[in-house]
Amino acid sequence: MMGSENADGFEETNLNAQRDVMENLDLGVDGDAGGDNPLKKSVVNGDTSNSGYRSAMSTLSNVRDPLSPPPTVMIPADSDPLLAPPSSYEDFRSFGSKPISSDNSYIEPPSYADVIFSPFDENSDSEINGAEDSSLHSQFSDSLSRSPSSSSSDYIKITVSNPQKEQETSNSIVGGNTYITYQITTRTNLPEFDGPSDFSVRRRFRDVVTLADRLAESYRGFCIPPRPDKSVVESQVMQKQEFVEQRRVALEKYLRRLSAHPVIRNSDELKVFLQKQGKLPLQMSTDVASRMLDGAVKLPKQLFGEGGASAVPVHEVVQPAKGGRDLLRLFKELRQSVSNDWGGSKPPVVEEDREFLEKKEKMHDLEQQIINASQQAESLVKAQQDMGETMGELGLAFIKLTKFENEEATSNAQRIRPNDMKNLATAAVKASRFYRELNSQTVKHLDTLHEYLGMMMAVQGAFADRSSALLTVQTLLSELPSLQQRVEKLEAASSKVFGGDKSRIRKIEELKETIKVTEDAKNVAIREYERIKENNRSEVERLEKERRADFMNMMKGFVVNQVGYAEKMGNVWAKVAEESSQYDIEKQSS
Amino acid sequence: MESTEQPRSISGSMQSPRSPSLQPYLSVSVTDPVKLGNGVQAYISYRVITKTNLPEYQGPEKIVIRRYSDFVWLRDRLFEKYKGIFIPPLPEKSAVEKFRFSAEFIEMRRAALDIFVNRIALHPELQHSEDLRTFLQADEETMDRFRFQETGIFKKPADLMQMFRDVQSKVSDAVLGKEKPVEETTAAYEKLKHYIFELENHLAEAQKHAYRLVKRHRELGQSLLDFGKAVKLLGACEGEPTGKAFSDLGTKSELLSIKLQKEAQQVLMNFEEPLKDYVRYVQSIKATIAERGTAFKQHCELAETTKLKEINLDKLMLTRSDKVGEAEIEYREIKAESEEATRRFERIVTRMEEEIVRFQEQKTEEMGVAFHQFAKGQARLACSIADAWKSLLPKLEASSAV
Repeated sequence: MMGSENADGFEETNLNAQRDVMENLDLGVDGDAGGDNPLKKSVVNGDTSNSGYRSAMSTLSNVRDPLSPPPTVMIPADSDPLLAPPSSYEDFRSFGSKPISSDNSYIEPPSYADVIFSPFDENSDSEINGAEDSSLHSQFSDSLSRSPSSSSSDYIKITVSNPQKEQETSNSIVGGNTYITYQITTRTNLPEFDGPSDFSVRRRFRDVVTLADRLAESYRGFCIPPRPDKSVVESQVMQKQEFVEQRRVALEKYLRRLSAHPVIRNSDELKVFLQKQGKLPLQMSTDVASRMLDGAVKLPKQLFGEGGASAVPVHEVVQPAKGGRDLLRLFKELRQSVSNDWGGSKPPVVEEDREFLEKKEKMHDLEQQIINASQQAESLVKAQQDMGETMGELGLAFIKLTKFENEEATSNAQRIRPNDMKNLATAAVKASRFYRELNSQTVKHLDTLHEYLGMMMAVQGAFADRSSALLTVQTLLSELPSLQQRVEKLEAASSKVFGGDKSRIRKIEELKETIKVTEDAKNVAIREYERIKENNRSEVERLEKERRADFMNMMKGFVVNQVGYAEKMGNVWAKVAEESSQYDIEKQSS
Repeated sequence: MESTEQPRSISGSMQSPRSPSLQPYLSVSVTDPVKLGNGVQAYISYRVITKTNLPEYQGPEKIVIRRYSDFVWLRDRLFEKYKGIFIPPLPEKSAVEKFRFSAEFIEMRRAALDIFVNRIALHPELQHSEDLRTFLQADEETMDRFRFQETGIFKKPADLMQMFRDVQSKVSDAVLGKEKPVEETTAAYEKLKHYIFELENHLAEAQKHAYRLVKRHRELGQSLLDFGKAVKLLGACEGEPTGKAFSDLGTKSELLSIKLQKEAQQVLMNFEEPLKDYVRYVQSIKATIAERGTAFKQHCELAETTKLKEINLDKLMLTRSDKVGEAEIEYREIKAESEEATRRFERIVTRMEEEIVRFQEQKTEEMGVAFHQFAKGQARLACSIADAWKSLLPKLEASSAV
């Protein structure tokens, strides 16, 4: 199989190419990943080609220089806190204003920051949560934690908390933007993090976007959980506090999902994100405009197709064509995809497509049904809630009526019925409470449906990675024949000239060089495509299993819940019926 | 529709007409609603079956056809003739619902009319009413004639409502104490009025929530149905064993939806309707209170007039005027009227004292039945929900073990 026999060559090529281009190409993981890290070998996944690739990357990363200090400076957390944080954060409000806490007895594990960087941020220490915090952590522990893959022996638990407003410094007189940072606390005993440890960093949402983008690049073909939306509109419309809370919850869910993924949890990107103090040393996703500018510089060379220097660097083939720098490639691939659609030349790589397309179709159907089911689940929850509310109101109305009748009662006979009514009223109020409890449990169970909507998006992403890799291969494949043709034409023409045609010969050589590079690129692309295909396959398989297990759990939990509360309510009402059995008309009818 | 027994028990001395007995009995049932007429003119007619051994009646059994306005006629006549007695209430003449003519609406109306007539038949005074006999026995043409006659003299329901409202404001004025002293001010009576007015508010609120609860049952049923369908579709996408599990879950959900719809109807008929009935009953009592107020006013006014006449007469007698004879006649007439008014008023008072006791007993019993049925219904529903879901568990266990 292509993958295994070329593994070494692949790595080598990769390393060489990457060393050259590392400074220019902003691939994800960089220098903070820690000094001597044998842990980089991803032990959890069985994807050998992936681990080879990854360890190559990490070896490289050790070569890099430490980053220069970041342009942003964090205002000490105690000034300018966010508006009244939610009540459960009150403890943290005071915490935020504490001085650098060095008085706790908790021993910090050596963080990567300590190894490579000196903590330049005066707040970093105060954010390394000590034991004093661990008790507060439990307040935030999400009782929903449904990491299906965490066994009791190893765990990683992430909490997002303590949103605070901070300010960018800038050179302008007006001052920089304010933004929110969140405290991200990790508690884990995974060996990759140097054994059992607790640590904390502060991150802003932009960092999360960066993390997501870097993961998308590094883990093509994987079903990567989708990150929370940027949702600019919502941030204008909602109350600031509400929005921040919503985002905090979403971030927590996202990070937990990432850490639940058996492969991604070991990624350098995630580790850096969770552990690296100070500025996140992952390359930020630049906006399209600046990358367009980047690309514009290279474009003339690309357009004229001159020589190897301007040929697409091999490793760049690995990434899908983005805007800007890859304009030419985009054009080519667009042309290719069009010709594909029109039933043009079919390169041999298309064979499995039918099975893949069927799979894709099935996934799409599944997604539609999950959407539908989760909508109906929402209405069910609402109906249960309404029932509980109205039952409660009914109970209260009867309590009032009972009280009234008792006050007005002029005889004992009159008093008897108020007690009947009171039993009914208290039963109704109890039932109302049961409905409320039932509902909050139901929400937790049926939430699984919502979770898997997110995963459906991840699957789509994985499939998209595959499609774009295939497109790249097909583009390169189709280029070769035309290049070949040009060479042949030139050779034919040049052979007619006596003594050789110097300019033509030079051109032929250049073309042959281009062909070779393109060939190499094609091979790399094919290998990449195969790799992604394999990732797809194993991920989808893993996901299917997980999904089945999760859905079964969801159903069981839902049903058990319904049974429990129905029985409770049945008992309450049966007691009332028992106590009022004198009014049973079936007994009375004579 | 088959003839049904009264859904609510009405305690009384009546025995089953089938039991051979010398005790007087009068048993009525309102059955077989039939839609007649077309479009705007459409109405529902009912069969009214009377079984009795009372001599005043034309035989042991009589069946007549009556419509809603006939019942209204009966209620109005009784209201006029039996002042002081709490006349049982009629279901509203809902003009909108009539057009829909849903089976549930028709059944509920029939049941309410049945209760109405039976309450009258069981009332110690009302049961001897001639108008009741007319209602139960007269042929349809006679009945029509009576009905048309009376609409001239008697207020239509709309007018009656207006009367109630006027009375209500007068009586509440009295309660608020901003009235001229032509109203009774005994503490007992004040207490009664206050009780009745407050009771209406409380009952109305309870009824409102009961109605909402019916709606909630329906909504929950609907959402279970939709959820079941969605889950089944989802199961179709999934392979085994999840697919089968989803399918079972969906089926159960649909089943429970049906149970909820059924219970919704039960709650409507056996819980919300009795509450509504008692709200109407209290409103009828308020009308009686208004009548009492009118009677009291008359009694007071006539008493005063009589006194004045008496004083006048005495004056004339002292002055030996020749108008004495005239004045004496006038005086006697007025005095007779005044005494009559006083008697009327006092009869109302007496009746009301008995009525309030009766009312409370009846309310206790009927509300007790309604509450009991509600609790039983809820218990049954909850148990069947629990059982249904429980039956799924072994299947789910088996599936997940695979």
